[in-house]
Amino acid sequence: MSGHGVALRVIDCGKTFADGTRALAPVALEVGRGETAVLLGPSGCGKTTLLRIIAGLETPDPGGRVLFGDTDVTGVPIERRNVGMVFQSYALFPNMNVADNIGYGLKIRGVGEAERKTRVAALVALTGIEGLERRRVDQLSGGQRQRVALARAVVVQPSVLLLDEPLTALDAALRERLRGELNRLLRKLGITTIYVTHDQAEAMALGDRIVVMRKGEIAQIGTPRAVYFAPANKFVAEFVGAANLIEAACNGATLVLPGGTLPVANGAIHGQAIAMIRPEAIAIVPAESASLVGLVDSVSFLGDRQRVLISAAAAKVMTADVPNAIALAVGDRVGLAVEPAAIRLLPGDAT
Amino acid sequence: MRSGPPRAWAAGGAQSPMTKAAFIRICLLPLAVVVAAFFVLPMTRLVWIGASGRHGIAAYAAIVLEPRYAASLLDTVLLALATTVATLLIATVSGLFLQRRRFPGRALLVAMLTLPLAFPGVVIGFLIILLAGRQGLLGDITLALFGQKLVLAYSLAGLFLGYLYFSIPRVILTIMAAVEKLDPSLEEAARTLGAGSWAIHRDIILPALAPALIASGAIAFATAMGAFGTAFTLATDIDVLPMLIYTEFTLSANIATAAALSVGLGLVTWAILALARIYGGNTVAANG
Ligand SMILES: Nc1ncnc2c1ncn2[C@@H]1O[C@H](COP(=O)(O)OP(=O)(O)OP(=O)(O)O)[C@@H](O)[C@H]1O
Ligand SMILES: [Mg+2]
Repeated sequence: MSGHGVALRVIDCGKTFADGTRALAPVALEVGRGETAVLLGPSGCGKTTLLRIIAGLETPDPGGRVLFGDTDVTGVPIERRNVGMVFQSYALFPNMNVADNIGYGLKIRGVGEAERKTRVAALVALTGIEGLERRRVDQLSGGQRQRVALARAVVVQPSVLLLDEPLTALDAALRERLRGELNRLLRKLGITTIYVTHDQAEAMALGDRIVVMRKGEIAQIGTPRAVYFAPANKFVAEFVGAANLIEAACNGATLVLPGGTLPVANGAIHGQAIAMIRPEAIAIVPAESASLVGLVDSVSFLGDRQRVLISAAAAKVMTADVPNAIALAVGDRVGLAVEPAAIRLLPGDAT
Repeated sequence: MRSGPPRAWAAGGAQSPMTKAAFIRICLLPLAVVVAAFFVLPMTRLVWIGASGRHGIAAYAAIVLEPRYAASLLDTVLLALATTVATLLIATVSGLFLQRRRFPGRALLVAMLTLPLAFPGVVIGFLIILLAGRQGLLGDITLALFGQKLVLAYSLAGLFLGYLYFSIPRVILTIMAAVEKLDPSLEEAARTLGAGSWAIHRDIILPALAPALIASGAIAFATAMGAFGTAFTLATDIDVLPMLIYTEFTLSANIATAAALSVGLGLVTWAILALARIYGGNTVAANG
């Protein structure tokens, strides 16, 4: 039952609500067949709005178009778009048991009882909720509800699967486990998937591509690696993972900082620049042999690593994640080393 | 407020088992008084009076054995049932529409619909006479159209109209409140699964409204069973049970029969409501 997805294209879809709220500037998005795209962005940036436009629950402003494969579905009502949707609240039908919830889409499509049973059973097994078929949905745990909602959405073999923050309602440990399960399931089903989240770790883990959104616009589209290592601007750099954003003068080959210099590899410029350095790219070395030195401000032991705040190296306090074995004390004078390739110069705008 | 003195909290916590039990007992006191004063004592007395007439306990048997009483009881139950069903149908459709659609004049319409809430039964009876009485609008129209005057006001149909008029506003308000509380994502989920409007109403909306329908239907039914003002104004040709009780009580001074009929009215209403509750509860449980 894999590979029944279609490619998805969103062309110039903006959304201005009746009350004048401009939730989405006209955006364009292409998602390949079977691909998982994650919409990532802070609260209120228009993720749900874009998802609902794709689903057919909202109509885009005039000029916007949504294409499933080669079919323009902009004017097609949701009940005939063949999308599967998982809502943040799961929206399970309280008057039906688990099996009836999962089988509802098949029943509406007039699938016979026998086939319905086999297909529901297959999804029950796939999502690991055997034994709960006769349960009422209000007697399920959060994780079980999430699975039922997913099973209900995919049993009809949708062209596109849409998930709106499906894990947000769960506690951290469960979220991590289900994230792994969900990832395996999406690969196995091979459905074209749009996944909305504001959790960047979730986006990294699940997305073939990440669509970073901000104030109703798309800030960057790229693979998790591209978005992480080569953010398009300051916003993306800060939103996806932790980042040191250092304003410094660049003389073509090195960054000149209060505590010394750092060599830059690619894209070096002459003049003021904003350099992005991920905390884990900074290594602590003996001060004598380093081109850049600073003072240890604080050390937090995080178990697998320690997070060190370093002052006096740059204009702002820098954050470094270093191996947990290195002995450091507040006030230590340390040298900082960064691979030139790990320094990324960003355009100054889009703060 | 939140940062109240911690010592007071600690002290309260230590005493709480005692205090709590005493508190609950104090809270139960008004309920006990009300139950005793308005329920147990008068009801016992009513039941006793019912059996104190010339025929003793047989007065109760007369409710079903005496054709006049039995017919009146049947009429009353049927009328109340018809009123309830019609009210629920009309109020559900209109309540859904009123809560879901925004149109000019909507607020005014809702306000107008709830106006009859304030009217006593007599006024409603009067309105029905104006509508369908001998000099009524309906009569004038039918006279002009068919050359014959249609007069409904003093028949079962007139009572039915009056009761409808009485119960629709109440039920509409309950339904509108219930519709407002419906979770829109449930309908959206059903739509993504391919359900059209009809299927959504059948599978999602009506099951979700069932508790409100049962509760407001029960109230409409009980009100129709016991309605007196409207019946008093309109029921010249028919004997609904409350009217019968009134005539037995005031005109015939047949107090024992009046009491027996009252007890009967209460029991029948209570039994039908209990049935509805059990059946309604079962359907919800069976679906769930
Ligand atoms: N029906 C509506 N009418 C008016 N404004 C709306 C409506 N729905 C959403 N908005 C506004 O549009 C903007 C984008 O909303 P949207 O729900 O798409 O954000 P989001 O990215 O999903 O946020 P979150 O992560 O909090 O769910 C918000 O400012 C919101 O207030
Ligand atoms: Mg949202």
